[in-house]
Amino acid sequence: MAGFSLVIALSVVALLADLLANGKPILFKHEGKLTFPALHLTPELRSLDFAEIQKNLPEGEWMLWAPVPYGPTEHNLSRRLEPPSRDHPLGTDDRGRDVLSRLIHGSRVSLSVGFVAEGIALLIGLFLGALAGYYGGKVDMIISRLIEIVICFPTFFLILAVIAFLPPSIYNIMVVIGLTGWTGIARLTRAEVLRVRTLDYVQAARAAGTPAPRIIFRHVLPNAITPAIVSVTFGVAAAILVESSLSFLGFGVPPPTASWGEVLSQSRSYIDFAWWLTLFPGAAIFVTMTAYNLVGEGLRDATDPRLARARG
Amino acid sequence: MRNYLLKRLLVLIPTLVGITVVTFFIMQLAPGSPVERRLAALYAGERQGAISQEVIEQTKKLYGLDKPLPVQYWNWLKRIARFDFGESFKDHRPVSEKISEVLPITLTLNAISIVCVYLLSLPWGIYSAKIAGSKLDRGVTFFLFVLYSLPSFWVATMLILLLGGGEFLDVFPTYGIQSYGAETWALPARLWDWTRHLFLPVACLSYGGLAVLARYARVSMQEVINQDYIRTARAKGLPEVKITYKHAFRNALLPLITLLAGLLPELFGGSVIIETIFSIPGMGKLGFEAIRSLDYPLIMAITTISALLTLMGILIADVLYVVADPRISFEGKAGEG
Repeated sequence: MAGFSLVIALSVVALLADLLANGKPILFKHEGKLTFPALHLTPELRSLDFAEIQKNLPEGEWMLWAPVPYGPTEHNLSRRLEPPSRDHPLGTDDRGRDVLSRLIHGSRVSLSVGFVAEGIALLIGLFLGALAGYYGGKVDMIISRLIEIVICFPTFFLILAVIAFLPPSIYNIMVVIGLTGWTGIARLTRAEVLRVRTLDYVQAARAAGTPAPRIIFRHVLPNAITPAIVSVTFGVAAAILVESSLSFLGFGVPPPTASWGEVLSQSRSYIDFAWWLTLFPGAAIFVTMTAYNLVGEGLRDATDPRLARARG
Repeated sequence: MRNYLLKRLLVLIPTLVGITVVTFFIMQLAPGSPVERRLAALYAGERQGAISQEVIEQTKKLYGLDKPLPVQYWNWLKRIARFDFGESFKDHRPVSEKISEVLPITLTLNAISIVCVYLLSLPWGIYSAKIAGSKLDRGVTFFLFVLYSLPSFWVATMLILLLGGGEFLDVFPTYGIQSYGAETWALPARLWDWTRHLFLPVACLSYGGLAVLARYARVSMQEVINQDYIRTARAKGLPEVKITYKHAFRNALLPLITLLAGLLPELFGGSVIIETIFSIPGMGKLGFEAIRSLDYPLIMAITTISALLTLMGILIADVLYVVADPRISFEGKAGEG
């Protein structure tokens, strides 16, 4: 339950990142009109320096700032590498950017990579697993060999190599993680389809002359999907870990986009003293992974009575 | 047993071929052929467009890259069968030589890690089955869960920050595998020096596997201990030690052997990060540097070799499986898949 609430909370933070941490006010009553500089910057608003206006607001004008009044890429070189303080609750990085703001916006990168990459892995894994399980024989043999090949590869090294050769972009990272992460789902789906295909209703569908693709995707797969869903939950955590490791090694999302691994990687240059650059982004990754792993465990216990019994 | 091994080896052949095909084509299909990238790097200082088409073609011919892809693949395959991986783009030394320098270090690190993982998790599995449901059992299970979710590169940086002689404690050296000039020290001093250097990297490499394996060991052992044949053994009046080690442990061990195969690719991926963080001159760090300098031959060689090592690890796990469980035959396993 704790895991589930955490997952929801993290998603809310990612969705509302622009309203939680922004260098521009959320609401601004300006010349009799209510504007939303944080969400929509009209041409006449663009040239304004909101911090200056804030100091002596004209009569009848007011501003509402985000809880963290700094943008993720807003730098201030005179305040580099400051430890946590009132102004910057989690300190600043080597360009004077607010760490909290970068972490809030970094959650978008982590969660979107986690979800899209696992979505890709789920599609491939379900498709190949269902084919192997339903048809058996040669199809099964080929797909099983394919799974074995992909399992043998040092996945992280391969991802790193491919990313290094591709132009830097978040989409490439999603696709590559997805393309290497489907084997577990495929194996679980295959095993489950092997079981389901012998059930009476599948036999009935076959006897009624239903075409094979329809049997596989309408009748068998929906009843064989549970283990894959459990696996995907763990997979999201794993994909988030891979993305942050890539960013940590300098092969993640291209700068200046904020990502948790990227903030952590800065800490390597200032490891002697800048503990806030290490502690907070790492904690963000850790909490997110814990949340997804907790949900995964919960789902597994709920769907796999054998394991639940063993846990007592 | 011999038949089993032979059959298992035969099944490996298509997997081996598959591994080389995937490695080769991923590298070839990456945008920007290796030659163009190499030349672009060489002529980086000169003005744009300085690399004429002629130079590109010449270089391609030099590396045999002007032939169709299947031919190139075949030639590459023939060469790697002789462990000839070509020359590194970076310093023109043979790739096999560079790898043979670093491979022992990574293998040692990973071997120590695997031993640590099993030495800690198996006894815990046996012990936890005896104290199932107690406070200690639940506490350790929770701790292992936390451990499982901790990113290793974070743990590594935190450990360096806290114990590596920054503003906090100075307990462990954080650079390399031995102190400068340690070659001339007496053996005990050198061993102690190695231990101090390897402690943090090995800890960072093994805790992830430990978290997984110890949890599985616990579940597996607790499941077995509730089986009817254990009750029968107890009813027969067998001593508890014999029940635990001969009847329960041997059966609980089986799923844990299978996990060994899954542990290996993870370990190598971990080596890339951990060796880079701790500046350990192993295959992981070499691989990372090869990727940074887009050193094609080296990347391809490291990918292939680590995939082969993993395959060997899986094979070893399979053999251990048969040793631990005489019921399993090759036919049985193939059917169950």
